[in-house]
Amino acid sequence: MSTNGEALVRVENVEKSFKRGSEQIHVLSDMNFEVPRGEFVALMGPSGSGKTTLLNLIGGLDRATRGSVKIGEDRIDNMSERQLAAWRARHVGFVFQFYNLMPVMTAARNVELPLLLTHLSKAERRKHVALALDVVGLTHRTGHYPRTLSGGEQQRVGIARAIVTDPTLLLCDEPTGDLDRKSGDEILSLLQALNRDQGKTIVMVTHDPHASARATRTVYLEKGQLLNEKPE
Amino acid sequence: MKYLGLIWSNLKRKKLRTWLTLLSIFVAFILFGLLFTIREALTAGVSVADADRLIVRHKVSLIMTLPEAYLARMKQIDGVESAIHFTWFNGIYQNEPKNFFATMPTDPEPFLDMYPEYLLPEDQKQAWLTTRTGAIVGRVLADRFQWKTGDHIPLTSPIWPRDGDEAWEFDIVGIYDGAKKGTDTSGLFFRYDYFDEARAQGKGEVGWYAVRVSDPERASQVAAAIDGEFANSPYETKAEAEGAFVQGFAQQIGDIGTILIAVLSAVFFTILLVVGNTMAQAVRERTEELGVLKAMGFTNGLVLALVLAESCVIAAVGGLAGLAVAWLIGAAGSPAPSMLPVFYLPTRYLLIGVLFVFGLGIVAGILPAIQAMRLQIAVALRRHGG
Repeated sequence: MSTNGEALVRVENVEKSFKRGSEQIHVLSDMNFEVPRGEFVALMGPSGSGKTTLLNLIGGLDRATRGSVKIGEDRIDNMSERQLAAWRARHVGFVFQFYNLMPVMTAARNVELPLLLTHLSKAERRKHVALALDVVGLTHRTGHYPRTLSGGEQQRVGIARAIVTDPTLLLCDEPTGDLDRKSGDEILSLLQALNRDQGKTIVMVTHDPHASARATRTVYLEKGQLLNEKPE
Repeated sequence: MKYLGLIWSNLKRKKLRTWLTLLSIFVAFILFGLLFTIREALTAGVSVADADRLIVRHKVSLIMTLPEAYLARMKQIDGVESAIHFTWFNGIYQNEPKNFFATMPTDPEPFLDMYPEYLLPEDQKQAWLTTRTGAIVGRVLADRFQWKTGDHIPLTSPIWPRDGDEAWEFDIVGIYDGAKKGTDTSGLFFRYDYFDEARAQGKGEVGWYAVRVSDPERASQVAAAIDGEFANSPYETKAEAEGAFVQGFAQQIGDIGTILIAVLSAVFFTILLVVGNTMAQAVRERTEELGVLKAMGFTNGLVLALVLAESCVIAAVGGLAGLAVAWLIGAAGSPAPSMLPVFYLPTRYLLIGVLFVFGLGIVAGILPAIQAMRLQIAVALRRHGG
């Protein structure tokens, strides 16, 4: 991913629809959306507005029916499944609402998972894992299994897993949606710090105005289209 | 190797289910090993049979005798290099029916010439040639009854009572070993001259002949010539290759191969369902986790390989342990030395077992693995919480 473009994420004329029985459902229509490098963008909108679908398209988890998705200089909508997987491994970190940690693995082993796809040695992987857990403030919990961690701690492990490969882009789907206010605030502070101190570009889907207030920009979606201003 | 931790962690997810699956595979492969051990025990003679040896028996049945006088006529037939005869004696030690073992009178020198797979030290061979009541016993039999050379043993025979209804007395003059792993060393051979002179009935009759042919490629022609020589006599013969004879003998209790295939097919079909179900459940339960792995950059091919590897690890742990236990049971010796003297799991069946282990892993895991491979990330991640 190069650094010479103004926008890191460029979504152009994207449509996304799928069939449910004989009915064609349009999730996104004529979507144009850009995220400059180093920005922390919040995507807000009611359920079914297409926020998560847009996030999935940006992260290469789903394919647009029409239009192009460009991340840096990579046109990801044209990539094969294999190329897309390799691209995700190199450039994107995902943070999920329900953490999605492997329950049978310790925090450290969960964080190590994306590094298995690299050529790093075991010792190098351990070093990266320790660093990532240090960034999220969990060096004392490395050997703990997810069930022994609080929700906030689990999400911090999820963030450590997302940043351990040092991706340019962090995609967060309701990262505070399953947390209490205090833990949610801690997570948002962590995301802000990653954006501010490490220059991570972050796109975060949220329902929570309190969470979106922490972003540098908030974008609103409704019925698969971007709104120019905050809805009433 | 770096993915082994991931595979192993997944196996620990539902410990009870994993243990039960492992146990069922373990038992199936013990059964596999033991059935092939028994098969080997029943057909060991086939694998060690010489291509240049024929067995000539009564055309009607093996239990009917032939005249000893056939020996000289047989030796005259073109293509016959040498011939000896045996008679089933059915010796029983200490009048205990369970102490039964293969016992046969024969002529010592031609016997040892014809069966080089029986290894007998030279001094013991000489002792047998010079001792009329001398007998040689196989290593397995000697170990079974703690016999050693110089021992004097009494045997009784329900088929061949001795003149005067006394027990047969033998001096053990030698203990032979087998040159090959499958060589049966659970028998006792003694001298025909002693037997023929002392038996109360049937003098001049023998059980069957062993014939060595000069050219193995002409064995079937020689067999036909032997049968032709004695055709239309009161004692017509049936000559056949030694391997076919032993196989026919073993098949008196049924077609072992078919029985084995039937039992193992049922067992492996069941195990296939058990392991396949375990893997299908494991994949179904981990839909989101697989979606997360793919989101991280795990390719479809890698996910397929991981699920298959998991299935193969389950099959390998259970199956190889089962084969090892079956091998150890065979190595510990025969539980019924008189019925199954040769009792071990041959390496070739062990290797077939290993192939079956990994075959089971792949076949049981392939459908769930394909299911995991085809999983769409967005769909997988959408499952949680709707």
